[in-house]
Amino acid sequence: MSNNGNGKIKPEMTFWERLYFPEILHGMSITMKALFRPKFTRQYPEERWVPPPVFRGRPVLVVEDETGVERCVACGLCARVCPSLAIQVQAAETELDKERYPVLFEINMLRCIFCGFCEEVCPEEAIIMSKEFELTFADPKDAVFGKDRLLTPRSKLEDRLEFLKQYR
Amino acid sequence: MIAIVALIKIIVVVLVVLGTVAYLVLLERKVSAYMQDRIGPNRVGPKGLFQPFADILKLVLKELIVPENANGFIHALAPVISITVAISALAVIPFGNYIVIGGQKINLMIANVNIGVLYILAMSSLGVYGITLSGWASNSKYSLLGGLRSSAQMISYELSLGLSIIGVLMIDRTLQLDKIVTAQGSGLWNIVYQPIGFLVFITAAFAETNRLPFDLPEAEPELVGGYHTEYSGMRWGLFFLSEYTSMIVSSALIVTLYFGGWSLPFVDYSAMSPNIAAVLQIITFLVKTGIFIFIYMWIRWTLPRFRYDQLMNVGWKIMLPLAILNLVGTGAVLLAVK
Ligand code: SF4
Ligand code: SF4
Repeated sequence: MSNNGNGKIKPEMTFWERLYFPEILHGMSITMKALFRPKFTRQYPEERWVPPPVFRGRPVLVVEDETGVERCVACGLCARVCPSLAIQVQAAETELDKERYPVLFEINMLRCIFCGFCEEVCPEEAIIMSKEFELTFADPKDAVFGKDRLLTPRSKLEDRLEFLKQYR
Repeated sequence: MIAIVALIKIIVVVLVVLGTVAYLVLLERKVSAYMQDRIGPNRVGPKGLFQPFADILKLVLKELIVPENANGFIHALAPVISITVAISALAVIPFGNYIVIGGQKINLMIANVNIGVLYILAMSSLGVYGITLSGWASNSKYSLLGGLRSSAQMISYELSLGLSIIGVLMIDRTLQLDKIVTAQGSGLWNIVYQPIGFLVFITAAFAETNRLPFDLPEAEPELVGGYHTEYSGMRWGLFFLSEYTSMIVSSALIVTLYFGGWSLPFVDYSAMSPNIAAVLQIITFLVKTGIFIFIYMWIRWTLPRFRYDQLMNVGWKIMLPLAILNLVGTGAVLLAVK
């Protein structure tokens, strides 16, 4: 294509291109080659994808392996920052060093948009985006994840924690 | 006796064709997938081979929706016209020479009409009624546009289709399809004499069957499916069926007119026993037709759709003059040879 000065775009095609049939054959040769190229389909339920650490799956709460205590101090920052108001935290006092802990911590997975703001704002690195992305529910009530489903041992989240250390 | 034989032939041909259509749909999905670096349906049965049954079951179970204020009778009639016309065009296509059963010579075509070519042209132009009526009866703007486009397209391409065939008829001097085949069997295939006629014919045949790049009547992105937007369930299935059937018919017609039908060059069938020869011929015919069906799909997944004005330009300003030139040229050469 070229602009010939009067504002009109004039296609420049060679004689062979204008005959059209040779170009059809050319196109057909391309699709024929594609028939034998390797395929990209992943056979999903059998062949699963393991996401890299950059991936933001559902947010989970980190539990120290040694003590079995969650890191969260129930400051409520994540609940404040969450753009979709998915998080609910209720604080209570504890004898431990951290003094406060969440008695109730709920994330509504129907609201969560996987933005990762909660992870970013948390002062304790207590809420982390995991690699889990297969979330389906038959009942909206099942979609509200309480502490039972949020608490995850630190050892399972090492590579995301490592990633956060490096890039943030 | 003759009636029974004819009936058996009809049943066999129709069953074979409808069964083939089911698998052509699967083939098309596979071909399209492979051309796009995908795998395509592979879950139902081994390698997805039972997919057609699942598809048909789905179509049969689906609800038939007739839009409000649609003309119910014509809405129901249109797909029936489409499929009837598509299947009846099969009647005159010779898929072999003849077989001998109990001393009886049975021609391997359903009806040996002496104006076979005309019959097929007539049938294929009736096909436009199914599409136009469905567009009109649906009471929907998209369907109506699809139907109108289809009739305009058919008119412009029918002319070149007819004219391009005349070249073949001038060479073989007959309208009977099996005679056209025998004429080619003893000499060279018509494609050698009629390359331009062949190109015009195959292009027009694509337009006649509403296949890409000429599928303007359905044009999913602009017309949401065109003439069959308002169809669902088995009525839609009939349109689908007729599209694939007419694809088979026109592939068979291309083979018959330009590629020697069931005959192979340099093979003398008279030396063999007629039944073995017939089996060979049927296989030859099926393979040749299969190749053209594959080309149909190949082109569909290669070329983009024409714009409406381009379609008209190609039809009237390129195809028609080419067809007429071809006609005049063939006539001149034939005269000179004489
Ligand atoms: S921001 Fe971190 S520490 Fe604060 S409530 Fe949320 S998870 Fe707990
Ligand atoms: S990822 Fe975003 S939306 Fe989801 S809980 Fe955290 S802050 Fe809320």
